[in-house]
Amino acid sequence: MKYLTEFRNGEIAQRMAREIHSVATRPWKIMEVCGGQTHSIIKNGIDQMLPAGIEMIHGPGCPVCVTPLELIDKALAIAAQPNVIFCSFGDMLRVPGTEGDLFQVKGAGGDVRVVYSPLDAVELAVKNPDKQVVFFGVGFETTAPANAMSVAVAKRRGLKNFSLLVSHVLVPPAISAILDSPGNTVQGFLLAGHVCSVMGYWEYPPLAAKYKVPMVVTGFEPLDLLDGIRRTVIQLEAGRHEVENAYERIVTFEGNRPAQKLLAEVFEVTDRAWRGIGVIPKSGWRLSADYRNFDAEERFHITGIHTEESPLCHSGDVLRGVIKPAQCPAFGKECTPRHPLGATMVSSEGACAAYYNYGRYISAEELAATGAISR
Amino acid sequence: MEEILTEGGLRVGWVDFGGIRKKVCLDYVPEVVVGDYTIVHVGFALSKIDEETALQTLEDFRAMGVLDQELESEEEAFARAAVAPQSACPDGSCSAEVQKAIH
Repeated sequence: MKYLTEFRNGEIAQRMAREIHSVATRPWKIMEVCGGQTHSIIKNGIDQMLPAGIEMIHGPGCPVCVTPLELIDKALAIAAQPNVIFCSFGDMLRVPGTEGDLFQVKGAGGDVRVVYSPLDAVELAVKNPDKQVVFFGVGFETTAPANAMSVAVAKRRGLKNFSLLVSHVLVPPAISAILDSPGNTVQGFLLAGHVCSVMGYWEYPPLAAKYKVPMVVTGFEPLDLLDGIRRTVIQLEAGRHEVENAYERIVTFEGNRPAQKLLAEVFEVTDRAWRGIGVIPKSGWRLSADYRNFDAEERFHITGIHTEESPLCHSGDVLRGVIKPAQCPAFGKECTPRHPLGATMVSSEGACAAYYNYGRYISAEELAATGAISR
Repeated sequence: MEEILTEGGLRVGWVDFGGIRKKVCLDYVPEVVVGDYTIVHVGFALSKIDEETALQTLEDFRAMGVLDQELESEEEAFARAAVAPQSACPDGSCSAEVQKAIH
């Protein structure tokens, strides 16, 4: 496809990797925040092209992975109710709650549907006036404009049978939380290109200045990722900590203004619990007062939820970048994409799924030690 | 972007995703017209691809390292080729396979 395949050129990728080798004199730890970038890095072996000291730390940017267990359990409870059509993106269906997942609810007779866009769920509400249609709206700033539009349209059309089970999370507070955590080792960030296509990158210069870390807005193709890493390493080597845009064809400083306008109208900032990480202050959006009557949590009043995480799953450590997926004792054994213990093994943006699907059963360091790849 | 219309009060367009046509909401990208390329997420166009910038970036990427290579001496090129990995396959059986396929 145009403007995709050109950014996958192997020869230019080799040249870029060589430039990173030539500028890097010390080890650096760089976090890619977005799970989509994690998948591209692992799929394309970008991490294996880097000098031995440059380590990519996989960030918490997988919305499905950080959705709190309590909300998954609420989703299961709502989806199991009669006269409810429960709509979700496909990723969410196999995410384990305390007891079972949405697939099992569907198997037991619940009306659970996968939709491509939240607007499809609004259409279902129009066509099924005798049913309550609930859309499970999770995601970062990239998905929020779609969910915002769905409630705005539902309000405009006076729909009484559409609601949103919403748990939006935000990148900047997550970056602050990572940099504030006592054991933090991250020295530079690749900012998620598609989050910035909506929000721009005006939120990041104060963060880069406060924590003295370089941040580079980065795309998703191999050349984009290598360029983002290259620019971050150059800044680190020079002792600079600026915000750069390596995804200029998509991202502007101010971002998508029409989207930001509707987001400010539909949502308001709230504290959010991140699965595996804990509560991060002011790290999410919930529906604002004007749209609160479209909130599924208000509409369904689910109580009596007792959450319990799998004792075998270390997804919290994976999400914080403390361990690599292959270092989890359950990885590839008790936990596989077919039988996931944690959301990181389910989602198309989860780090565990990336490692499993692309055959990274041992760490890059172990692989290097076998001599199978030379750096 | 192949076609733009209004539906239920929303501006929507048919987008060609490398052969698959899908209808997406264009309310967030009022500047997009037929023939433009856009980033689409869950049925919403979020950003128009700036083609001029995309081409410039590719041009910059292509130029990267080319100068270094031209200036590199023959000895250095040989030295690099000697240590460069020829194959990710530890026992060389993969490259043997490739050769067979070629002949």
